Amino acid sequence: VNARRRIRTEVNGRMIEADVAANQSLTEVLRTVAGATDVKYGCGEGVCGTCCIVLNGEPVNSCLVFAVQADGAVITTLNGLVGDDGRLHPLQEAFLAHGAAQCGFCTAGMVLTAQWLLKRDRSLDREQLRAGLAGNLCRCTGYVKILDAVEDYARRSVPSGD
Amino acid sequence: VYSAPFEYLRAGSWEEAVALLSEHGEGARAIAGGQSLVPMMMFRLTELSVLVDLADVDAGAIEVVDGHLVLPALTRYVDLETSAIVRSTLGVLSETAACIGNVRVRNRGTVGGSLAHADPSVELPCLTVALGGRVRTLGAEGARTMPVRDIFSGYFETTLRPHEMITALELPLLPARSGAAFAELTRRASDFASVEVAAVVTLDEDGRCCDVRLVVGAVASRPLDVSRSVAGLLGGHVTDDAVASAVSAVAADIDIEFTAHGSIEYQRRMVEVFAGRALRKAAARASNGYPRAAA
Repeated sequence: VNARRRIRTEVNGRMIEADVAANQSLTEVLRTVAGATDVKYGCGEGVCGTCCIVLNGEPVNSCLVFAVQADGAVITTLNGLVGDDGRLHPLQEAFLAHGAAQCGFCTAGMVLTAQWLLKRDRSLDREQLRAGLAGNLCRCTGYVKILDAVEDYARRSVPSGD
Repeated sequence: VYSAPFEYLRAGSWEEAVALLSEHGEGARAIAGGQSLVPMMMFRLTELSVLVDLADVDAGAIEVVDGHLVLPALTRYVDLETSAIVRSTLGVLSETAACIGNVRVRNRGTVGGSLAHADPSVELPCLTVALGGRVRTLGAEGARTMPVRDIFSGYFETTLRPHEMITALELPLLPARSGAAFAELTRRASDFASVEVAAVVTLDEDGRCCDVRLVVGAVASRPLDVSRSVAGLLGGHVTDDAVASAVSAVAADIDIEFTAHGSIEYQRRMVEVFAGRALRKAAARASNGYPRAAA
């Protein structure tokens, strides 16, 4: 029981191999083995959104995935949005410009979720963005600046003339 | 937090999952999206010795067959939200799926998991009972089908046999001049429902109500079918006054169990409010030819 099992997972373009116990969460393995400390452990029950990662193209709560379930998966964490030259993703730039990150604990989940929402549908309005981000908790900003940043990015990323 | 240690296995098919579960006995459980099971394991509300992951089982396609929308059990909530076939045949299912958890939960949680978990304060049990759904299951004793309403026996308890898994959900398409609606009260965004109501209304050619189904969730150990309490709507036009009188009968009749969501009197009042909203919306949709004309 709980025998360790070898998993291979691509994290931000890098192949990671790890021997994990069945009961280790993906959050823990990403942080301790893959060095992805941008993945934050918050509530541990899928309510707060801080452990958000993009798993095979879709945001999920990594605290509710056992690492063994992610064998063979392709994962992007917040740092995976940063360019090879170190340039921040435009949505991260918008967070900076709007003061949308304070303590920063929720930022990875906010950015990854918002980016996915807008990738799926660029035309989301503020109310729809608010609904989409409803499961990402922030205890600092009161959400206004976060929505400002996301909305600003959404408008700027629409082709000009639209 | 850590769950108790367990052995992790992957099944490539439903049949293989049944074999693995049978082989490993009582402490073995199937996992699909894991959005309820994983937290229960992490917080040690349940301890399992073997987890059989259904991730490699072919989810299959959502189809309309013989007047029924057939959803493979591994259909995720996000698929309900976005599927063109679901939206055009039973739009209420897409709308309701959007009320579940948050986007990350909806990307993993599944239809079969929601029903098998049998949490009375989540959305799909209440809605699918109102829609008259049936589940297909597979277990060591073979396959069977049964009405969704018959699988819930109490809080987080079902009539499914040990290791029997839900493999699909069949929902009859609504007859002509029918409308369905779901309404829920949540204390916070994405939270479990304090009160939830699903309504299905069918009108005759003169616009009079000829069938009404009303199911209330989150106020007892399983969804409560209170259609009999609103039988006063039958044979008449579904006016605001008729709805008001029907939902007042529901509130008077319903057997509410105390929950952490509020006092029984508060729940009773909220049942009245949300049943009214669901019925009015369902009736409006029925008279507009829902779902085809639904925006």
